Amino acid sequence: MAHPTEAETTAMTSPANGRRLSMRMRTGLWVWTFLALPVLFYGVIRFYPTFDAFRLSLTDWDLMSTPKFIGLENYRRMFADPGFWHVFRNTFAYLVFGTPISLLLAFAIAYFLDKVTFGHAFLRALYFMPYITTAAAMAWVWRWFYQPAPTGIINSALGQMGIAQFDFLQSTTWALPSIMVTAIWAGLGFQIIIFMAGLRAIPDTYYEAARIDGLGEGAILRKITLPLLKPTTIFLVVFASIAFLRIFDQVYNMTTNDPGGPLGSTKPLVLLIYQTAFSSYDMGYAAAQTVVLFTVLLIVSLLQLWLLRDRA
Amino acid sequence: MSAVAKTPILPVSRIRPGPIVLWTVLFIGGVLMVTPLLFMFSTSLKTAGQIYDLRLIPAQPTLANYVEVLSTGDFLRWFVNSSIVAISVTVSNLFFDSLVGYTLAKFRFRGRRFVFIAILSTLMIPTEMLVIPWYLMSAQFGWLDTYWGIMFPGMMTAFGTFLMKQFFETVPDDFLEAARIDGMNEFVIWWRIAMPLVTPALSALAIFTFLGNWTAFFWPLIVTTSKKLYTLPIGLTSFAVEQAIRWEMIMTGAALATIPTLVVFLLLQRFIVRGVMLAGLKG
Amino acid sequence: MHKRILMAGISAIALLGAASAAQAVEIEYWQYIYESRVTAMNELIAKFEAANPDITVKQVTFPYADYQTRIVAANMAGKGPDVMQLFYGWADKFIAGGQIQPLPVDQFPSAQIESEFFPIVSAMSRDGKYYGLPTAVRSLALFWNKKLFEEAGIDGPPATLDALVADGEKLAKKDAAGNFSTVGITLDMAGQDHQWWREVLVRQMGGEPYNADYTKVTYDSPAGVAALKYYTDMQTSEGIGASGFMDEGQAAFRAGRAAMTIDGTFRLGSFSSIKDFEWGVAELPANADGMRSNYASYFANAIGGKVEGEKLDASIKFLKYVSSPEAMEIWLKTVGELPARRAVAMTPENLADPIYAPFLKALEYAHTTLFVDEAAQRQVAMDMANRVFLQGQSPADSVAEAAKQEQAIIDDARK
Repeated sequence: MAHPTEAETTAMTSPANGRRLSMRMRTGLWVWTFLALPVLFYGVIRFYPTFDAFRLSLTDWDLMSTPKFIGLENYRRMFADPGFWHVFRNTFAYLVFGTPISLLLAFAIAYFLDKVTFGHAFLRALYFMPYITTAAAMAWVWRWFYQPAPTGIINSALGQMGIAQFDFLQSTTWALPSIMVTAIWAGLGFQIIIFMAGLRAIPDTYYEAARIDGLGEGAILRKITLPLLKPTTIFLVVFASIAFLRIFDQVYNMTTNDPGGPLGSTKPLVLLIYQTAFSSYDMGYAAAQTVVLFTVLLIVSLLQLWLLRDRA
Repeated sequence: MSAVAKTPILPVSRIRPGPIVLWTVLFIGGVLMVTPLLFMFSTSLKTAGQIYDLRLIPAQPTLANYVEVLSTGDFLRWFVNSSIVAISVTVSNLFFDSLVGYTLAKFRFRGRRFVFIAILSTLMIPTEMLVIPWYLMSAQFGWLDTYWGIMFPGMMTAFGTFLMKQFFETVPDDFLEAARIDGMNEFVIWWRIAMPLVTPALSALAIFTFLGNWTAFFWPLIVTTSKKLYTLPIGLTSFAVEQAIRWEMIMTGAALATIPTLVVFLLLQRFIVRGVMLAGLKG
Repeated sequence: MHKRILMAGISAIALLGAASAAQAVEIEYWQYIYESRVTAMNELIAKFEAANPDITVKQVTFPYADYQTRIVAANMAGKGPDVMQLFYGWADKFIAGGQIQPLPVDQFPSAQIESEFFPIVSAMSRDGKYYGLPTAVRSLALFWNKKLFEEAGIDGPPATLDALVADGEKLAKKDAAGNFSTVGITLDMAGQDHQWWREVLVRQMGGEPYNADYTKVTYDSPAGVAALKYYTDMQTSEGIGASGFMDEGQAAFRAGRAAMTIDGTFRLGSFSSIKDFEWGVAELPANADGMRSNYASYFANAIGGKVEGEKLDASIKFLKYVSSPEAMEIWLKTVGELPARRAVAMTPENLADPIYAPFLKALEYAHTTLFVDEAAQRQVAMDMANRVFLQGQSPADSVAEAAKQEQAIIDDARK
């Protein structure tokens, strides 16, 4: 990958002709006119706040008094707090269960949906529709589904069949999976579409060649489809992982009376950050929590780059 | 991949289910996917006394809930707010992301690589990390509880810039050179010559940005404080909490929050699906 | 020429400003949005301005959820209110941050306040100085569904804790699958039950929830354990209620599926729209010795930390007015909240009112918890009950854990 910077500098130093130089200056003028506002934006709205978050994470500040510099005390407090580790484990539970389950489902559906021609657009619409709904709205629908009898539809149906209730959101074991299902449901349509796009992008000739060689469907799936789908899969893995690590809307709306409950069993990192910052007004501590989130997401993203490099 | 052709021929059992079975299974799965939506609409048409009845088709459907919810005008207002926010942010992204993407793709200049990497690196910074500084900034400048306060963080995105840069790279330089010889200025070249060549990318970016901002929750929850400024998702949450577990009303609110995007989707299905595919694959 | 007109305009505006400043002082009053409170305050302001033509009061309101943040943000920008309403539980934070200042002792003598107001106002006092005074206060009571009581053949609401359980057993109904269709009493720590447990049940079992200045948690005691056991037994052994039933206690009661619920004055408005059945209000049940307790809370009016000069004088006058008997009567009439002064509250007429009387009687023996972070401390109580309900922990262990968590929250806030 040769970059034009060297060529540029030689062009600048060689006094070839004045017209070219002025052309170059004109271009430079245009470029920085185009970039002025964006550079300002990224500086003020992205980079400055990032540094500010790091700075705040070293202070003790409740918004009212002046911030006190306390070094790494917030981090020490966080790592010593079992409540934080509970939240950390929850966050990873969303990730390590949510991502594979949703991707397996999405792939299976996309794989078979791709083979269907009759009513294809209709079926695809059914699967895709949840993706364009608002998470906050659908969280309430699911919350209602999960209620104990006589309100909740699932438990009422079970009750009418004489079967005991299932404590979806009222159980420290099942509340997190129940909320995770909601998030999987909401994201599935997108993943299916992307998988289908990936499947379509595989040239038919590969399949034809394989069939001529007498490969069965299973072998084609294993030896052609899956390997060629690897970039799509990696993209979706990272996309879904980040989404699950940042889960908030569903949890916030489904546990409004006991945020992240019961017993903190559904609380993800982002909800903890929200509560620390905007309910307890412990800004410095909240900033330290956001730095942890940043670090985790950075590791996941770097892992993606590493995996992609492996391919290239 | 070339290894595939040389794979030895094995007698693999055929696992393909019959087409009818496959179709039926997929259909049932699809119906399950929309079940929450169906029950949401069904319950929104029931009275408080009927909601314990599990029937999908209400015995006596009524629009009374809708009348009650809409009578205050809050939902209409939130719909307008969401539209203003989502449309403004989308327009801004279409303009700036493609301008920056174009500049990075089509100009050779000192600092190009630096600017590109700097912008790309912001993809790694989660919103959650920025909200506290944004909040303090907004408090200082009086942006809390204003449209600008809701919108400013999303006016440009690295994702959109990257997407547009990739598409502009496929635009042949000759086109632009020809325009330059004709004496057009750079802005006009970008706007009149380059932009029309990347309309599929623009529509993909538009769909993504619009959907993302229409359903955005975290930042609007923090920055808006008065009912008048709520966007639909925040308004719905506050409405649902206020309704204190009157499920038929909550479902009506949820339905009202969902209907606009559903209608748009049903009208523009092909277009939207294509846009999502494009943005997802290139992004 | 344009310039000259502009200059003239500017000096005219400046003159106007100076003139109006000489005529009237404008002060800003902040409270959160709640329709009847805003209406009542408008009425109070109109009356106050009529009596004090040299002062104008501008009412500014914000939604409750963000009210606190608003005051903080305004303070950061140096544009805080002159007089504001604040929850008594925020007092420590607001005093520490300089958001409010003490009321001048010569204008508001402590001894006089303490003899005329209900004892709970002392939560606004620090080192003998008052930082604010309420117009109205709230307390808890037992709401009961008359229709369900009649069906169960019970004459009236339970007067004691034992009677509450006994009645609850008769009132609870289950369907064939063993699920509640009606609960005897709602169990909802996220609602008002955490206050009931802390300030009422613990005391009724012979304990104290905190030391006198609320810096030490003291409910990790046999009384605290007995209080939690009483509470959780209603679900785990007597089976008269279920935590999480219909999501919120008030929702179950309003739907006619809970025979009793414990809630506050502020719920009266919402329950007044119930059409399917009649309901009554009773004092919270006493213990076997007849001892009662209650939890009361209020929003106090306080003066901004940076207010001085003529604005301070105007603010003092306004604060005096909004905590006057006249203001309290208007507030009771318009908002339905209880007067903070004994003499205004305990009138024969009010005590004869079947709805207000139970709440009013409670004010004589009610306590206020000095929260440092109400949401976090409520969470501790919720988790305490949930450990028993969901994880089968013993009440003793759960109370011990809760005490430790809450102590940590208090210590952290006071450091």
